[in-house]
Amino acid sequence: MKTDRDHENKSEKNTGDRSVSYKKDIIFIGIFILVGLFLAAVVFLTKQTGKSVTVSVSGKDVISFNLDEDREYMIEGKDGGQNLLIIRGGKAWIEEANCRDGLCINMGKIDSVGQSVICLPNEVVVSIGSGEVTDEGPDIVVY
Amino acid sequence: MKTSKFTKYGLLIALALIMSYIEAQVPVFFAIPGIKLGLTNVVVLFALYAMDFKSAFIINIFRIILVGFMFGNGVSILFSLAGGFLSLLVMVLLKKFTGLKIITVSVAGGIAHNIGQIIVAMLMLQTRSIAWYLLVLWFTGIAAGVLVGVIGGEIVKRVRWEDQN
Repeated sequence: MKTDRDHENKSEKNTGDRSVSYKKDIIFIGIFILVGLFLAAVVFLTKQTGKSVTVSVSGKDVISFNLDEDREYMIEGKDGGQNLLIIRGGKAWIEEANCRDGLCINMGKIDSVGQSVICLPNEVVVSIGSGEVTDEGPDIVVY
Repeated sequence: MKTSKFTKYGLLIALALIMSYIEAQVPVFFAIPGIKLGLTNVVVLFALYAMDFKSAFIINIFRIILVGFMFGNGVSILFSLAGGFLSLLVMVLLKKFTGLKIITVSVAGGIAHNIGQIIVAMLMLQTRSIAWYLLVLWFTGIAAGVLVGVIGGEIVKRVRWEDQN
């Protein structure tokens, strides 16, 4: 009975009438949605097609490619994890991975600055950058 | 600790474990990692409303550690802790200092949960490029919060959970 009583008390405090007492809640949820839309606006308005693809493993940048050069690259992630990165037609995506969930494959193709594909088990992040990769140093290091 | 309270904790933690198990069986929605219904939050929400903050806190910590050991790993425990406690903190503050309904409290909790997880991901991966991700998780947090709030609200209304000293 305790909870029932509590519930009644609460609605009484909120002026009793059910339709009126939801006003504050609607405003609050409205604010949440507005903030979300604002976030969306910021993301889409500042959206620009990227120039480079950077691969990082466990927080360290491993290698970068230009987004306009087609290639395939096997990312060596943490604990023997592997993710096959494909760059083709100005988009980058993970084609294959040996992580347990394969979510990185489902994350789709990316081409905008700031977008990323993440494989948490392998601690791999593939992100799009705005600057072109300069040709200082070797393009690919083969160990 | 009173026996009745002890029993309630046990019941609710067990229920939270079952919810986590059910959720682990459901394939990930919309192909975006980290998106879950948050059924376990129904239990936490219930504990917060039908019992008190302390109970919700204890149940939350036990379910996170137990679920982590049963279905997850160290990393997933870290994620759950960040999400779970930021969410609980936001919910208890809103419940205490505003007259908001349980559904709104739950929505705020859902968003807070996702923000907590994003913060952990940012720290762990040393990247800020997942801010993009926040957008998706913001809206799914609202959706999941509404669902959890409706279910939780109905349960709180119906369950007679009196203290029989």
